[in-house]
Amino acid sequence: MLSAITGNGWALLGAALAATLAGCGSAWGVGLAGQAASGVVTEDPSKFAKVLVIQLLPGTQGIYGLLVAFVALSRFGLLGGGGTELSVQTGLMVLAACLPIAIVGLVSAYHQGKTAVAAIGVVAKKPDQFGKAMLFPAMVETYAILSLLISILAVTSIPV
Amino acid sequence: MSKNQYAYAVARIRALEVSLFSASTIEQLMACKDEEACLRFLADKGWGGPDVPLEADAILGREREKIWETIGEMHMNMDVFDVLSYTSDFHNLKAAVKEVCTGKSGGTVFYEGTQIPGEEMLRIIREKDYGALPESMREAAAEAVDTLLRSCDGQLCDVIIDRATMEAILSAGEKSKEDVVRDYARSTVAVTDIKIAVRCARTGKSLEFMRRAMAPCPGLDVERLAHAALAGEESVIEYLQTEGFAEAADALRESASAFERWCDNRVIHAIRPQKYNSFSAGPLVAYVIARENEIKTVRIILTCRQNGLPDDAIRERIREMYV
Repeated sequence: MLSAITGNGWALLGAALAATLAGCGSAWGVGLAGQAASGVVTEDPSKFAKVLVIQLLPGTQGIYGLLVAFVALSRFGLLGGGGTELSVQTGLMVLAACLPIAIVGLVSAYHQGKTAVAAIGVVAKKPDQFGKAMLFPAMVETYAILSLLISILAVTSIPV
Repeated sequence: MSKNQYAYAVARIRALEVSLFSASTIEQLMACKDEEACLRFLADKGWGGPDVPLEADAILGREREKIWETIGEMHMNMDVFDVLSYTSDFHNLKAAVKEVCTGKSGGTVFYEGTQIPGEEMLRIIREKDYGALPESMREAAAEAVDTLLRSCDGQLCDVIIDRATMEAILSAGEKSKEDVVRDYARSTVAVTDIKIAVRCARTGKSLEFMRRAMAPCPGLDVERLAHAALAGEESVIEYLQTEGFAEAADALRESASAFERWCDNRVIHAIRPQKYNSFSAGPLVAYVIARENEIKTVRIILTCRQNGLPDDAIRERIREMYV
């Protein structure tokens, strides 16, 4: 059955995974951090801006996934509805290129969400430590950026 | 409830923890010259409310209500808080047993907001409808009623119900998935056993009495503690020193109020790790215990001020704060 999938099909699957998995991770992370942010704002609305910034940190993985999907689709002309007829080998290469941001995006957004919740707890008690609190979830971002880099480099290096 | 579902509640508690009294706030309260100044200080800190008179009981009672209003607003499973309510539940049982068996009514004070209201508890005991009680209370209720009717021994009745209270707390703690509930239960039971041993040593109670009064507790050899109490208070102190309760031994040597303070501080030490936990009911339970401890400490200061006790005597009774 897998042999029936064309090169364009594999490439589309790669783009879809990048956008979907990274997006799911971000939705989970932002949702969890949002619950914590709501808890703080219930008691102290003046901390809204600070907790909002922290809540948004796990949202970047979804953007990275979208970016990789967009680059992959446009590079192989799939956005316009027609485009290049890719070989199965090229399609699989596109799939492989999209996997780093898909997988790392999902996992890092999950963990960044949990770290963001803890950081919101820091801001709730010590708002003057906002800068330091934000650094902890931001550290998780490093690995999402690394995987974004690899996915972009790989997608743009595949010969058409 | 999934652990991640506590994110909202724990973050809200973190925001509330900012308004918990620290040691320095307690020092400021102690610096107030008289009770009226203390009450004004509390009102400035948001204690009581616009409709609450500037009286100690009214303000402290309102603060207690606020704890459960806040927890209630979080719409979470309240089972995790059961371990905190057993003391009040069993107090109501004890009050109802005494009122029914002695036939003296009117002076009984029941706690409000318990699992079984005072009037219902009286009906259960009067009609011996023990099946309407929670399982942990049934046997103790029947035994206490029987004992009081046969022997008129109020102290033995208290011992039976107090022992059942400790067993219920320990059982709830051991069953709980929350570390803080287990630690709280173990600390509470261990501290109560030590208190019983000290009191029995001072009043010269028998080994049989102590065995009946003390509940088995992990981390505490109750049998050895009872034997130590039989030999006297100094033996209890020696036992505590060798069994990892050196601070309790020091407090006992210092004074009775220092020992009472150690008992409460031990519970606060048990809940402190919850300050760094973001994904469980632990911080919520810890907050409730911390607020109760705060109210208790304020009550001590107010009572001492009412009775004109010197600052040193008040300081000796001040509990450690959670934050």
